[in-house]
Amino acid sequence: MKILGWAGAAALAVTLGATAQAENIKIGVVAPFSGANADLGQQIDKAFDLYVKLHAKDIAPHTVQIIKRDEGPPTGANAKTVATELITNDKVQILAGFAFSPSAIALAPVVTQAKIPMVIANAGTAWITNLSPYIARLSFSMWHHGYPMGAYAFDKIGCKSAALAYTDFPPGKDSTEAFKTGFEKVGGKVTESIPLGSPVQVPDFTPFFQRIKDSKPDCMYVFIPSGAHATGVTKAYGELGMRKAGIKLIGPMDLIPDNKLQDMGDAAIGTIVMGNYAVDLENAENKAFNEAWHKEYGKDSYPDFMSAASWDTMHAIFDTIKKVNGDLSDGGKFIDAMKGWTGKGPRGTVSIDASTRDIVQDEHAMEVIRKADGKLGIKVLGTTKAVKDECKELKIGRCGS
Amino acid sequence: MPQFAIIAVSILFDGLAYAMFLFITSVGLSVTMGLMGFVNLAHGAFAMAGGYIVVSLTRNLGIGFAPSLAIAAVVVGAVSVVFERGLYRRLYKATDLEQVLLTIGLAFMAIATATYLYGPIPKSVPLPNWLQGDISLGFRAFPTYRAFLIVLGVALISVLWYGFEKTNIGAKIRAAVDNRRMAESVGINVDLLFTLTFALGSALAALGGGLAIQLFGLSPSFAVLYLVLFLIVVAVGGLGSLKGTLLAALVIGVIDTAGKYLYAEAGGFFIYAITVIVLLIKPAGFYGRE
Repeated sequence: MKILGWAGAAALAVTLGATAQAENIKIGVVAPFSGANADLGQQIDKAFDLYVKLHAKDIAPHTVQIIKRDEGPPTGANAKTVATELITNDKVQILAGFAFSPSAIALAPVVTQAKIPMVIANAGTAWITNLSPYIARLSFSMWHHGYPMGAYAFDKIGCKSAALAYTDFPPGKDSTEAFKTGFEKVGGKVTESIPLGSPVQVPDFTPFFQRIKDSKPDCMYVFIPSGAHATGVTKAYGELGMRKAGIKLIGPMDLIPDNKLQDMGDAAIGTIVMGNYAVDLENAENKAFNEAWHKEYGKDSYPDFMSAASWDTMHAIFDTIKKVNGDLSDGGKFIDAMKGWTGKGPRGTVSIDASTRDIVQDEHAMEVIRKADGKLGIKVLGTTKAVKDECKELKIGRCGS
Repeated sequence: MPQFAIIAVSILFDGLAYAMFLFITSVGLSVTMGLMGFVNLAHGAFAMAGGYIVVSLTRNLGIGFAPSLAIAAVVVGAVSVVFERGLYRRLYKATDLEQVLLTIGLAFMAIATATYLYGPIPKSVPLPNWLQGDISLGFRAFPTYRAFLIVLGVALISVLWYGFEKTNIGAKIRAAVDNRRMAESVGINVDLLFTLTFALGSALAALGGGLAIQLFGLSPSFAVLYLVLFLIVVAVGGLGSLKGTLLAALVIGVIDTAGKYLYAEAGGFFIYAITVIVLLIKPAGFYGRE
């Protein structure tokens, strides 16, 4: 009788496992909700919320519970504290978000130890995915934009020489290094490389740009975190009349975040960036995404590349939850299941590279124009299909380890 | 003109424009600290409030940039009196720590309020045509907006200097900064004087906040982020000294700009280097009382 009872219980457990017990999966979202970069947190958070709202039924009978925490300033310390709390106190099974590279870098050892999948929706320093086998990235590496921009600027924009300027933290160095590698490979000449201070506050850009204006390069490649800095760069560039002086403003798409573009005015027109997303990108998914966004958040609210990547981040997480049938008991298995994921989103078709756990996506050269309706927008000048992170492909520096 | 002279003029111009912004925004903080020994960390919040008023007036009501600056200064100056009479006054005799707690609390409340009303996305203002573009002096073109900062700064300094040095009320303020008890015992109403200077300082901060939008963009965290800059100017200049604040703003503005231009690699370092050096030599700042 007793033996039979045990057998029955075991059989019951097997059946339950097979018919998919409804799991409630806790996802910890870490994004900046305070400080100078609080708007980045909103761009990420709104996309997450929108995806969960529209697609919660996709993973039935499983459900997700989102727990949000403030990433704080781009230094990593606060993110590490709140994410550790999410893991130990709230028992989250997946971490998602992360606007800033220092946060992701600080957390890598934590998620490795806790065996918790960490899905990055923005932080772009190339070698972040090398730091832990539990990290997957849906956004981009700085090399996705910077490296192809090197050859494009030389061949198509007419930059024979370029000055580099970057906000002094890991993705800034990474982005300029990527551009420099691609640019010098085709024969471009880098005149100088200027750090623009910390990402915490917007500096007075004028003296830096005045210096560059006086040294007369063909182009100025600028990386700044896409928050308040972007408007400051455009203003200083416009005020100094640098375009008139023949110095073109180029960079990764962080220079012209969609939600700040309208505020930048005429000074932004003619800026050419390399990037994976813009509101004006033409594909069916992006159109639907923008419509859903405006319906939810109003006509004056715009998604941007962070929102697009965050949308795909949730998409990949949801697809993988379906694939593992809600079983989050083994974080490693979850990440394995995510490898090779392919999906269609606002950026077109994107996939996760199985060996590097980093995103593979199309890259577009885009120019800021004044559209027929009087608003600022972008025109796609050229597209490269299925771009991988070249830093890891070429095994440069820390990307090789 | 030789190249180095052009560069020197350019650095002086940009540095001067930056210095004027620093002076306008910081002078109120210096005077309130000198006069009452009151540590007002909400000073940046008044500047931020001024900035947002300018944004609302120009964007939503279509009022010009210059009149908006004036309105913002008057409104914030008036509202600051309510804060001074209602809250600050209660803590004049309290310890520094209590004052810091109150004012930093106010700053955080201001940030939350601004985020609620305007959202965290940085705002900019439409500039009138006469402030856009640049002015060419033959050998070099200078941004018009920066020239405007310099003109406005010089005008304000003249007015403040006249008011401080040549008028009866200016003499009373100087007397109160020098020796409050003595000033009170000869019948000067220091309380009223303080309310007036506090309002003036807050109005100037609001003006500075409005002017800063074009330089840094305006987001709610402005209230705290740039406070460090204002405190540096006040510390280097010496508490309560108009002259000191002006000298500190000039030194910091010009050296910071020169450092960024000439030694861009070490750009952000100079402002702290100046601060450390000045305070090592003169711990109370240029014109502070030891």
